[in-house]
Amino acid sequence: MDTSSSLTALAQAAFWITIGFTMTGACIAVFARNILYNVLGLALALTGVAGVYLFLGSLFIALMQLLIYVGAICIAIVFAIMLSRPLHLETPPRAMPKVVMAVAASAVFFVGLAGVALKTNWVPAIERSTDFSVVTIGHMFLTRYELVFEVISLVLLVAIIGAIITAGFSRRLSS
Amino acid sequence: MNSLNTYLIISAFLFSIGLVGVLQRRNLIGMLISVELMLNGASLNFMAFNRFLAPEPVVGQVIALAIMGLAAAETAIGLSIILALYRKMHSINIEQAQRLKG
Repeated sequence: MDTSSSLTALAQAAFWITIGFTMTGACIAVFARNILYNVLGLALALTGVAGVYLFLGSLFIALMQLLIYVGAICIAIVFAIMLSRPLHLETPPRAMPKVVMAVAASAVFFVGLAGVALKTNWVPAIERSTDFSVVTIGHMFLTRYELVFEVISLVLLVAIIGAIITAGFSRRLSS
Repeated sequence: MNSLNTYLIISAFLFSIGLVGVLQRRNLIGMLISVELMLNGASLNFMAFNRFLAPEPVVGQVIALAIMGLAAAETAIGLSIILALYRKMHSINIEQAQRLKG
């Protein structure tokens, strides 16, 4: 057994371990009763997805995933949990028929999606460049996809102002 | 190194489990977490097609970054609405938010 095949086997093992982390995190994020465990499961799943991006060849997007999702969004959700104290409010368990119906609807959706993915004959583009570098992404963001860049900036600005107004005005009205 | 179908199945699984969460949870923060999972499934789908089929690998990464920005905006707005709702009715169970019902 030479070096390259053992390296390939090692990479395969790492890939499936990453997938296992992602699936486990997603299950914890949805099915755990405690809301704090949900957030921790979400962080685990998002880190796993960042690892999958690494396997898809994009280091930049993986780092952005860690920075934005795990670093900002999960922390913001923990912050909201601390402020709204839902840990003390025990919610009654969901009625069993509703859970079964939700799982059944999603299972139908998953089977349909997987069926489409497996049945279709995907044809790659004829000419494909293999340029995954950050420099190219930066150039494209400031030339051809400039509109995307500007729209994201505008949306984030509006969201920040809207969040401040929504959270701040309600305090003034209720106090 | 793996085939395109593996990644598509993974992203379909993430999306479906997020759908279960949105349909089944009554906690608003839990629903927000499930929506994040669904957005991640969609983003993973774009990145997989970008890696295996697209003529330029830049396009999928641009879309993934746009989805991340939109998810951050959505979380900020959602969390501020949750805070305002909690101050109004001292609960984040969505079945109690029925003032518009009349």
